[in-house]
Amino acid sequence: MRTATKLCGALTLLAATGVAFAAGGDLGQTVKQETNWTAIIMFLIFVGLTLWITKWAAARTKTAAAFYTAGGGVTGFQNGLAIAGDYMSAASFLGISAAIMANGYDGLIYSIGFLVGWPIITFLLAERLRNLGRFTFADVAGYRFRQGPIRTFAAAGTLVVVAFYLIAQMVGAGQLIKLLFGLDYWMAVVIVGVLMMVYVLFGGMTATTWVQIIKACLLLAGASFMAFAVLFHFGFNVEAMFAKAVEIKTNLALNDPKVVAKAAEQGKDVMEVAQNVGRSIMGPGNFIKDPISAISFGMALMFGTAGLPHILMRFFTVPDAKQARKSVLWATTWIGYFYILTFIIGFGAIIFVLTDPSFLDAKGALKGGSNMAAIHLANALGGNIFLGFMSAVAFATILAVVAGLTLSGASAVSHDLYATLFKEGKADSASELRVSRIATLCLGVVAVLLGIAFEKQNVAFMVSLAFAVAASANFPVLLLSVLWKDCTTRGAVIGGFLGLIASVGLTVVSPAVWEDVLGNPKGSAWFPYTSPALFSMLAGFLGTWLFSVLDQSEQAKKERAAYAAQRVRSETGFGAAAASDH
Amino acid sequence: MQNDIYERIRANPKYQRLVQERGRFGWILTILMLIVYYGYIALIAFDKEFLAKPIGTGVTTLGIPIGVGVILFAIIITGIYVRRANTEFDALTEEILKEVRK
Repeated sequence: MRTATKLCGALTLLAATGVAFAAGGDLGQTVKQETNWTAIIMFLIFVGLTLWITKWAAARTKTAAAFYTAGGGVTGFQNGLAIAGDYMSAASFLGISAAIMANGYDGLIYSIGFLVGWPIITFLLAERLRNLGRFTFADVAGYRFRQGPIRTFAAAGTLVVVAFYLIAQMVGAGQLIKLLFGLDYWMAVVIVGVLMMVYVLFGGMTATTWVQIIKACLLLAGASFMAFAVLFHFGFNVEAMFAKAVEIKTNLALNDPKVVAKAAEQGKDVMEVAQNVGRSIMGPGNFIKDPISAISFGMALMFGTAGLPHILMRFFTVPDAKQARKSVLWATTWIGYFYILTFIIGFGAIIFVLTDPSFLDAKGALKGGSNMAAIHLANALGGNIFLGFMSAVAFATILAVVAGLTLSGASAVSHDLYATLFKEGKADSASELRVSRIATLCLGVVAVLLGIAFEKQNVAFMVSLAFAVAASANFPVLLLSVLWKDCTTRGAVIGGFLGLIASVGLTVVSPAVWEDVLGNPKGSAWFPYTSPALFSMLAGFLGTWLFSVLDQSEQAKKERAAYAAQRVRSETGFGAAAASDH
Repeated sequence: MQNDIYERIRANPKYQRLVQERGRFGWILTILMLIVYYGYIALIAFDKEFLAKPIGTGVTTLGIPIGVGVILFAIIITGIYVRRANTEFDALTEEILKEVRK
């Protein structure tokens, strides 16, 4: 509880600084549109279906185990889809396709970073997580450690990641729904909050899993349709599609007064300069500024994935290590396929959206903001019905992601803090379940309030901060406690907190927060790089290593001796929690 | 009692083989993935021109097959690990556990 209070304090402080936050955000500031009835009806069908599933799931959610892990009976294929559903957020669908429409190739670099963490999870963590854990990643990280300190750390790591991720999602939800459905911002946030609480409160992990699966199928189906429609137009000739996109970008540049002025200034032929602009979408641009930022950002995306609590928790819903591995393979396949689709969708948007005046305002910018690329493309390809469908899918996407986040946050409170730390493992299932529901309710209310409080603020940094914290605090502790014999409680807790503090601290003094959010002058940020991960991960790993090596206490000796048994269980699954004791 | 069983599993040469082979396999694939990804990032950081070079006379650049290749590589390498782990290594694990339970 202490950490939760601290966290709330920190957030209030952040909100109360009262600085004029810059406009923009994960999905940007948007303009309210006319009420879109097709979209609303499609969304109501989705809500009806998911509530019916929640009712069915509620009958099965009688124990804490059912609440946390759906009783451990999810198959590898289902869990793979659910993981993909957790991971493919509205921001990644709309944001990446919009980035590709604007800058071309750079969007692909971003997608690749999000994907490459999955093989690492498979090779180093998936089976060990399943063999050692029961409900939360702290079960794994704290297997042979003193429960008090390690649970406190794990709950702090979980809640910080969940809080930042959740705020970014709520603000994104409000902006997106205002735009797509023509509802007020606060109404959108309240609807998301209430539905998410209903799913998690009554249906626990079972309902959350099925919401993820349905959403993943809808999103993959919709995105596939769009990508295939674009490719079909070019007879599945990718080169022809790229050539058309380059031609359109060249023509746009020819008519751009800035390009004309630049050509005149440099004494070059306008056509030549415009062609260079057109061609630039086919190669890397300004996304990666310097090598250190490139590597640091890549590390945050790659290893952050392996430290996200709501993703790690999904490994406990399958019956054994075999299914755990299968689920990551399915997840990796679906997510990789999805990113290839968004790449085609982004190019489709250049071709069908940028050339259609009905999607553009008087200044030639996209109606409704730059993140509308995929939504306008849906309209161009499939008319109003398909536009409604994709809008409903975007709403469902946010809903599923926030439900997964809330469930993992609530589990950290009820399982790590209440049942293990406060009750010393002697809490009965019924009271643990009650606490997890109260925690869900509190998290839901806090998420709605923060979503409304942060409406006008720039939350773009929050998702990358969540990844940086996951990579620098959760991941080093998890990896070293599982793979390194000499790791001790003291090392893990100090190292983990160092990683946590370093990633949050360096983000605050980085340009994205120090200049863009806190409004300090350009160039005044102390930390010049895009992402802190390179340095904060080093802090997490070195801290854990150093304080473990220095730890010569009796307790440390016991913990090192306990490694042998832990290793056998993590490798063979002997003694692992089976689906039935869930 | 449980600790006894853990000791017996640890002494089993098949367990030694499982841990050694699967561990090495996992680390080799991890390092391959790191080389491919950070190789790609290094190309972007140090030689953007290379990725922006058109293939033949068209507009498609080398960066497109390379980028899509990294995505496919990630999926395939995961598939290779899962296949070997779910057949060969799981069979070995099964044998070890059976011997212990006897």
